[in-house]
Amino acid sequence: MDKLIKILSEMHPEIDYDKNNKLIDNNVLDSFDIVTLISEINDEFDITIPVEEIVPENFNSAKALYELIERLQDN
Amino acid sequence: MQRNILEYLEKTVQEFPDKIAFANDTELMTFRQLSENAKAIGSFLIGQAHEKEPVVVFMGKRPRTIATFMGVLYAGCYYVPIDEEMPKQRIELIFQSLGSMSIICDSETKSILESYNYNGKLYGYDEIIKTVVNDKALEEIRSRQIDTDPVYIVFTSGSTGIPKGVVACHRSVIDYIDNLVVVMGFDNNTVFGNQAPLYVDGCLKDAFSTIKLGATAYLIPKKLFMFPLKLAEYLNNNKINTICWVASAISLLSSFGVLEKETPKYLKTIAFGSEVFPIKQLQIYKKYLPNARYFNLYGPTEATGMSCYYEVKRDFELDEVIPIGKPFDNTEIILLDENKKRTKFGEPGEICIRGTSVTLGYYKDFEKTAKVFIQNPLNDLYPEVIYCTGDMGRYNEFGELIYISRKDNQIKHMGYRIELNEIELAANMMDKVKSACCIFDDVKKKILLFYSGDIAKDEIINHMKEKLPRYMIPNVIEQVESMPFTLSGKINRMQLKETYLNRKENNNG
Repeated sequence: MDKLIKILSEMHPEIDYDKNNKLIDNNVLDSFDIVTLISEINDEFDITIPVEEIVPENFNSAKALYELIERLQDN
Repeated sequence: MQRNILEYLEKTVQEFPDKIAFANDTELMTFRQLSENAKAIGSFLIGQAHEKEPVVVFMGKRPRTIATFMGVLYAGCYYVPIDEEMPKQRIELIFQSLGSMSIICDSETKSILESYNYNGKLYGYDEIIKTVVNDKALEEIRSRQIDTDPVYIVFTSGSTGIPKGVVACHRSVIDYIDNLVVVMGFDNNTVFGNQAPLYVDGCLKDAFSTIKLGATAYLIPKKLFMFPLKLAEYLNNNKINTICWVASAISLLSSFGVLEKETPKYLKTIAFGSEVFPIKQLQIYKKYLPNARYFNLYGPTEATGMSCYYEVKRDFELDEVIPIGKPFDNTEIILLDENKKRTKFGEPGEICIRGTSVTLGYYKDFEKTAKVFIQNPLNDLYPEVIYCTGDMGRYNEFGELIYISRKDNQIKHMGYRIELNEIELAANMMDKVKSACCIFDDVKKKILLFYSGDIAKDEIINHMKEKLPRYMIPNVIEQVESMPFTLSGKINRMQLKETYLNRKENNNG
């Protein structure tokens, strides 16, 4: 989780990622961020996020995103 | 002869009054509604005695915004598109550059404007479209207009930190659109999926081609460009057959495997521009959409949208670049060397543009205009202006024009044109920053900012967000003990970049 928070904080240091669960709905993340984020996560966690998983629900909070990463690592 | 781009609308509204001209996820507008709203707005502005003035249109990516552009033109004024995604400070700089002006906003953007230090004329879209159309006044204004009157001012990144306003006239826009639709084969069956924001000249392709031909354009919500699968579904649901997008947006569909899972099967014309499109992505597209036509487009804002095109008709190796091809009809490309002499065939030179599509220059900045809109150095017989792009190009063995690189620190990132100096200036404005240097990693497509001074990264990012649009915020910010300098006393960009890249490699290896 720390690694993920670090990646997210580099993009938007002002956001409290423990609390914010509307990263997409409130326009915190934009299309630039998503593309960067996906490539960083793929590199850092050695996974490939399949396109079906690139949906708002998985990116609205750090928690949701981390659960996705764990799910992909288990497979 | 056509003198005003409104003639497109006036012809189309006769032919296709009830066809959908523009739609987004919340509203749609037929050509009749577009025309009526535009005439009402025009009549209103005339009533307020605005003529030959800039009118800022501060509204989101919606059909009503395009109707407002047209309304401004009906009043014999020119529109300045501004979007709520631009940061406040940048918008205020633009207002300063404009000086005297008025603003049209809607209920969504009005609240944003209230936090601004703006005391000038402000009109609400919902109120002014209720104005009774004054045909006589509209006609009178039109009879006074000529085709070199401005259509819009579009602001682009400026190396001194102040955005530059490029002024384009009716004649240039007509020349561009008329040639574009022929080359691309657009007609009234074209269904555009618009990606470009309405505050850049990139949207002219979709917006004005639609109005000229009686086509339809869907203004795709920005959010969809985060979710590739949903984007492809949107294209299919709306039977979109034409996309003219920046390369990074087009790659979004191919690089995540969406083309296979949800093939946008209606697509038949795919144009990428504003930055280099990787061959790898092109090959994926050709695999799933073998019958589509593919175009590479190239052109600066200063020459009204796009100046050159290349239709992909042969296969490319992975290490090749797709040419930018040749100029549209009625445009000439001249390659000049450092001494402003024409280069020999095959040799690199600065891409300079001659033609009706060359815009009028920068708003209220004759000095900057004179630097790049210059007398054609190959013509010493009579006045003739060409625009020097600062882009380097050369011809390949097939006689096709190839884009090589920039002469200066300007880059293209996510399709946007950015002066790295402008980012440096924003960082240097902070007291605690001693020195800042901005570099583009063109392989990973990241903006890198190096700085020295006793200040945390977070503070710099937060400051940047207030000053610059999102696409200009550095992707990587690094603190250095002190800046490396070259012998001539300039910051050593090469060394900074190499140190950074080497360290990245070591970390990963």
